[in-house]
Amino acid sequence: MENFEFINAMVLLANFVIVPALSYGSQLALATLSLTIIYGVLRFSNFAQADWMSFGTMATILFTWLFQSAGISAGILPTALLALPFAIIVTALFCLLIDRSVYSFYRKQKSQPIVLMIVSVGVMFILQAVVRFIIGPNDRKFFDGEKYIVHALDFKNYFGLAEGLTIKSTQLITVIVALVAMISLFYFLQKTKLGKSMRAYSNNEDLALLSGINPEKIVIVTWIISSILITTAGVLYGLDKSFKPFTYFNLLLPMFAAAIVGGIGSPIGAVIGGYVIAFSEITLTYAYKKFFVYLLPESLEPSGLMQVLSTDYKFAISFIILVIVLIVRPTGIVRGKII
Amino acid sequence: MNDELRAPIAFIIMGILLATVGFTQSWSVSLSVINLCIISSIMAIGVNLQWGYGGLFNAGVMGFTALGGLTAVLVSHDPIYEAWDKAGVGIVISAIIFVLSITALLFVFRNIENKQIRNTLIILIIVFGLIGINNFYGPSIDIIESINPAKTGFLGGLGLPIIFSWLIAAVVAGLIAWVIGKITLRLRSDYLAIATLGISEIVIAVVKHEDWLSRGVKNVSGLDRPVPYEIELQQSEWFLNLVERLNFSKLEAMQSLSSRQDLLNDLVIDSSGIFVKLCYAGLFFSVLLLIFYLSQLALNSPWGRMLRAIRDNEEAASAMGKNIFAQHLQIFIIGSAIIGIAGAMLTTLDGQFTPGSYRPLRFTFIIWLMVIIGGSGNNLGSIFGGFFIWFIWIEAEPLSIGFMNMLAGGLEYENPLRMHLLGSAAHLRLFIMGLLLLLALRFMPRGVIPEKIQKK
Repeated sequence: MENFEFINAMVLLANFVIVPALSYGSQLALATLSLTIIYGVLRFSNFAQADWMSFGTMATILFTWLFQSAGISAGILPTALLALPFAIIVTALFCLLIDRSVYSFYRKQKSQPIVLMIVSVGVMFILQAVVRFIIGPNDRKFFDGEKYIVHALDFKNYFGLAEGLTIKSTQLITVIVALVAMISLFYFLQKTKLGKSMRAYSNNEDLALLSGINPEKIVIVTWIISSILITTAGVLYGLDKSFKPFTYFNLLLPMFAAAIVGGIGSPIGAVIGGYVIAFSEITLTYAYKKFFVYLLPESLEPSGLMQVLSTDYKFAISFIILVIVLIVRPTGIVRGKII
Repeated sequence: MNDELRAPIAFIIMGILLATVGFTQSWSVSLSVINLCIISSIMAIGVNLQWGYGGLFNAGVMGFTALGGLTAVLVSHDPIYEAWDKAGVGIVISAIIFVLSITALLFVFRNIENKQIRNTLIILIIVFGLIGINNFYGPSIDIIESINPAKTGFLGGLGLPIIFSWLIAAVVAGLIAWVIGKITLRLRSDYLAIATLGISEIVIAVVKHEDWLSRGVKNVSGLDRPVPYEIELQQSEWFLNLVERLNFSKLEAMQSLSSRQDLLNDLVIDSSGIFVKLCYAGLFFSVLLLIFYLSQLALNSPWGRMLRAIRDNEEAASAMGKNIFAQHLQIFIIGSAIIGIAGAMLTTLDGQFTPGSYRPLRFTFIIWLMVIIGGSGNNLGSIFGGFFIWFIWIEAEPLSIGFMNMLAGGLEYENPLRMHLLGSAAHLRLFIMGLLLLLALRFMPRGVIPEKIQKK
């Protein structure tokens, strides 16, 4: 019996903390990767990045609707995964259009990073307007296909436990897709010629130019990679929860926090930062009362909710971690600034 | 165009725009726009001090505005004695524990060299601090929030006239700015932007969810006013006489006595509204003038020159022996304090504090637009930016609806495309704002009224 209590407690923790944090962390890691790559290569903090996420997700939703109306589906998988590549193409094209018409001017002028940052605020406005204009400001769910891989009730009956474990298919998809995306990105950066030249450009622009690297090509590749990552992140987040432009905009702070915590400009740092922020957000706002009720003898049962912070302050956590990192180790966990 | 002429021309055009609203819509609308324009201008001056003179990107304008608003509530609302009696002690004790833990943390962090001891102590302080605060805080807020929750349910304020809050708001915002500045100003400029973006979200979270402090999303309404109420005006003799005298010819033209009385009543109701708004405008305008005058004075002093020197070349200024960090901190605090004043004024004007209405676009990024389009580094430019951008922000909505109507002109009434176009008209103003910002940055990076380069 003693053992069951322990297993119950662990299942509870897995169900409410580990699984959600793992999927949210993967989404955040992808989004942060795109932010950090823009920072590393183009050298500015892109305030519009969260709205690129909205834009990419919106494009995916539109393609999903198109496919659904044409009767195309991916079987047990969500249709959005079929729509994703098309949405990425649209997002990347729009990114490049914005880069041509807006950012490239300042790049040629060698403007300071802070000017580019203000420019990105302008782009942010435009993107918000475009997204709200096309799809509206409301909540949208676009998930279809098989919802659960493991259902709490089946889990309980099968193992004879008091606690159930639910794994939504979106959570598994998230983790798998994020892993694939990360591995291919690191392979690209480390092994391919283009990736290496990107890293060289990020490390030392002048030296890279001297060795004959074409800067325009690097910029284009950077925007394309950023669009792939941010659209994927947005779609995974939207499948897992739902799509709402304002919620996506609010992800900007966790993204920045993750980038700085991990070490801004460093892709490994971005991944670590994403998971750190996600796990802290969820572990610090979870009420551990039931967990301790399983583990501790009755006499020691906690009276309160055993919650460090109320869920209202979820994003305050990413900020607090950010501040701590800024004080203790401003360069981030992985010393950043270069790809 | 001659730089000297830009400011007068810009302000004349602005005046014409506001007068057009006065003539075509109504003077009451025009005055409401002007009041908010003045508040926006003050915020823009605050941001301009930080950005235009100090080169600091503060992305947390919203937070300082909300702090100002909160201060207005805490200063002017009557204290809820019952709540203080029953739970005041608990709140005070948790506040003391909070302050003590932070001081202890800072002390440990600064004075203990050994890493292991330091880290253990830090964890111990945090754990005991949290346990201590939880013991007093939770029960106290439950009591406070249960006292007459429909009407109060919070601790109330000091019961002072609301106009004091404008000054206190400056102090509160300045203190918070000091803390943020201490942490982030030594780092790269982007970090300040990100940190202030974060702190503003936290401030909003606190005022939204700490019901014992601010009633949260239940809002605090019915704050007292620094100007007379419309209803009092309508009943006072001197005001009736004034309205009668001003509209003498109009009233004379009326034939019967009863229709003349009706007209007078209408006029009194209209003019009382306008009078109140004029009072606000007068108050706000004096604050604006004072802040403008003081900042011009400061910025033309040796201190202002030093700031510009630091902004233009940090290394050189540092080599001349200027303490860059201290100067940045000063200007960051001053700018934030000014934004705090504007926040308190805004809440005073609204007569209520609505935490849910603070959105980063409306309170942070729009203010940035004002500074950049007005001309960063020029306070007059910021004032113009404040007026112009606020005017566009307000008038963009009717204009976009008109534009959409034109676009959908050929379509039938029930056409889904037409419905969609009209429904999304409100989002067009975001587009206009973004476009204005991008165009200004590209073609007029120095703004409408550029910074004067002093050559001596």
